[in-house]
Amino acid sequence: MAGLTLRDVRKAYGTVAVIHGVDLAIADGEFIVFVGPSGCGKSTLLRIIAGLEDVTGGEIAIDGHDVTRVPASDRGLAMVFQSYALYPHMTVYQNMAFALENMGLARAEIDARVRRAAGMLRLSDYLERKPKALSGGQRQRVAIGRAIVRDPKIFLLDEPLSNLDAELRVATRKELAALHAEIGGTMIYVTHDQVEAMTMADRIVVLRGGRIEQVGTPLDLYNRPDNLFVAGFIGSPRMNLLPVQVVSPGLVRVGEAGEPIKVATGPLATGASATLGVRPEHITLADGAADLTTTIDIVEQLGGDTYFYASAPGLPQITVRQNGQALRGRGETLPVRFEPAHLHLFDAEGAAVRPGV
Amino acid sequence: MKPIQLLRARRRNGHWHWTDIAAYAYLGLGVVLMFGPVMWLVLSSFKTQASLLEFPPSLLPLSQQEVRVEGFPQPLPLFAATLDNGERRELAQIRRIGLIAQMVDPADPKRQYRVPTARLAPVRHLSFVTSNYTEPLQKFAFTRYLWNSVFVTTIATLITLLINSMAAYALSIYEFRGKTIAMLMVIGTLMIPITIILVPVYLVITKLGLVNSLWAVILPGAATPTGVFLLRQYMLTLPRDLIEAARMDKASEWQIYWRIVMPLAAPALAVLAIFSIMWRWNEFLWPLAVLTRSESFTLQIGLNAFQGELQTQWNYLLAMTVVSLVPVALVFVFLQRFIATGIANTGMK
Repeated sequence: MAGLTLRDVRKAYGTVAVIHGVDLAIADGEFIVFVGPSGCGKSTLLRIIAGLEDVTGGEIAIDGHDVTRVPASDRGLAMVFQSYALYPHMTVYQNMAFALENMGLARAEIDARVRRAAGMLRLSDYLERKPKALSGGQRQRVAIGRAIVRDPKIFLLDEPLSNLDAELRVATRKELAALHAEIGGTMIYVTHDQVEAMTMADRIVVLRGGRIEQVGTPLDLYNRPDNLFVAGFIGSPRMNLLPVQVVSPGLVRVGEAGEPIKVATGPLATGASATLGVRPEHITLADGAADLTTTIDIVEQLGGDTYFYASAPGLPQITVRQNGQALRGRGETLPVRFEPAHLHLFDAEGAAVRPGV
Repeated sequence: MKPIQLLRARRRNGHWHWTDIAAYAYLGLGVVLMFGPVMWLVLSSFKTQASLLEFPPSLLPLSQQEVRVEGFPQPLPLFAATLDNGERRELAQIRRIGLIAQMVDPADPKRQYRVPTARLAPVRHLSFVTSNYTEPLQKFAFTRYLWNSVFVTTIATLITLLINSMAAYALSIYEFRGKTIAMLMVIGTLMIPITIILVPVYLVITKLGLVNSLWAVILPGAATPTGVFLLRQYMLTLPRDLIEAARMDKASEWQIYWRIVMPLAAPALAVLAIFSIMWRWNEFLWPLAVLTRSESFTLQIGLNAFQGELQTQWNYLLAMTVVSLVPVALVFVFLQRFIATGIANTGMK
């Protein structure tokens, strides 16, 4: 097991740069999730770490050793591919044993390792089957098994759950987290699904356009997004982002004619445009004085929760989450209040405005 | 589907649509056109030299019946003769003088007849002249030719598969400068027929001292552009993830090639193997040029040797042609399913 350091890693295909200098330190045993929209470079970054892509610049170090020019086969990492990439002509056993044979281990040792991994992944009954004869979930477990038999320094997982159906995905997600707890390896996991990122990660790396937007624990990112992108990307349903104008220090106005709302405006000048972020669960239904009066467009009753999708003139649709079963119908007015402790303010460039900054 | 069901297949069960009839007629014509000559060859290979040259020719290997008649040392040919009184009898011919034949009744050797040859019809029966096969195989080193052909075909096919797959692996899996140029040049050689390079290649072979050695036949054609192209196209369809997974699994390039790519390219390799076997087995011009001593002849050259300047031994030629056809036909029968799947999977996916 090992830590990993990336220093100003850059990658360009011809003149098109796709990774613009990534710095990242991953500690031994951490479960790191790279998350971002498609095309953000997260898979490329993973392949660079794996050694399947060369870097154009920068340095990669595993356990302090520079491996930038070391070929993939000698880095001692294991990768789980999105397509699983199981060798179709080999049985499950042979698939898992292949890497061990290449490492030159003794037959008895290979057998012991494969059977141990198979037991851990509930594959013992399928060792003689070809991948074709397995279900999607089983194939996925073989792909993971192939990685863990090698006892690699770092596990790399490239969207390993994206080919599974929703139910299996949730189940496998938990298994993976349990597996990480059990074997304790350093894992780097790539996904575009922020729910996967939130549920599994020790730390999340949010990427966009080949740059790191923010690194932090899931709750860090949720509670203190550094910028508009992270604020919008993390959390489901999305954070409500409303255009506001600073009316005076510590006071902003939503839209044209809303009530002034108290929020730390930091260095923003009076009259500056900004964006106010507030999560759906941090909006309460107002009895008396409302911050904003909206009209309900759609009501979603989930039983435990109720979601209102409401609109106000000149504003994007606002999502409001209420615990329990709030009985309100379409077209009704919905006066709301924003919880002052959970407001986020972003300046015109999208960076978070924090008190005292 | 069982063959018998296949032969009775119709558009709708129990009904003859006109398209059924048209389809069967068309397919029947195809069978006759393609299978007819082969049938003729096989049947004729059992004929005597005499009945091969006979006019009108017969399809079946018929030969004239002969009888032993008391008082004559040699067996005599039997004819159905129409006598002057209109009676038809089977008579044996003693000799023939001009248009008149002197005949004898085998049942009663004392009675002889003089019959115009126009009223004689030979009595024939089905007989397979197996000596067409046994004699050349014993007398003319044909087993040697057969062995040479088998050797050349097997070794050349193995070398072809190995070399071509290695080239295809490099041209499909690796990225390197000049890759496209290399590929274009490989494909470009497709346009050069053997007749053009016959002389230069012959000179090279002579310098290497390989003339009259079977290696002279095997080596020059071992790397075929068709094979490289076929395998490359197939290998391009293999998922890149598999190769990268193998790389992550600490496999060396040779192991990736040998343990991952080769097994997965099996359908394309089977197609190339079939082609290579057929090319090599039927190869004629090049072996004819480099093999001059009879003990290094391949089958095709051996067959050619039957075609003398003055006389051609058609009966042997046909029989040995059948012998040379059998192995390829068997290979084809056993591997033909790969051709369909292999070609379907090669490139056009």
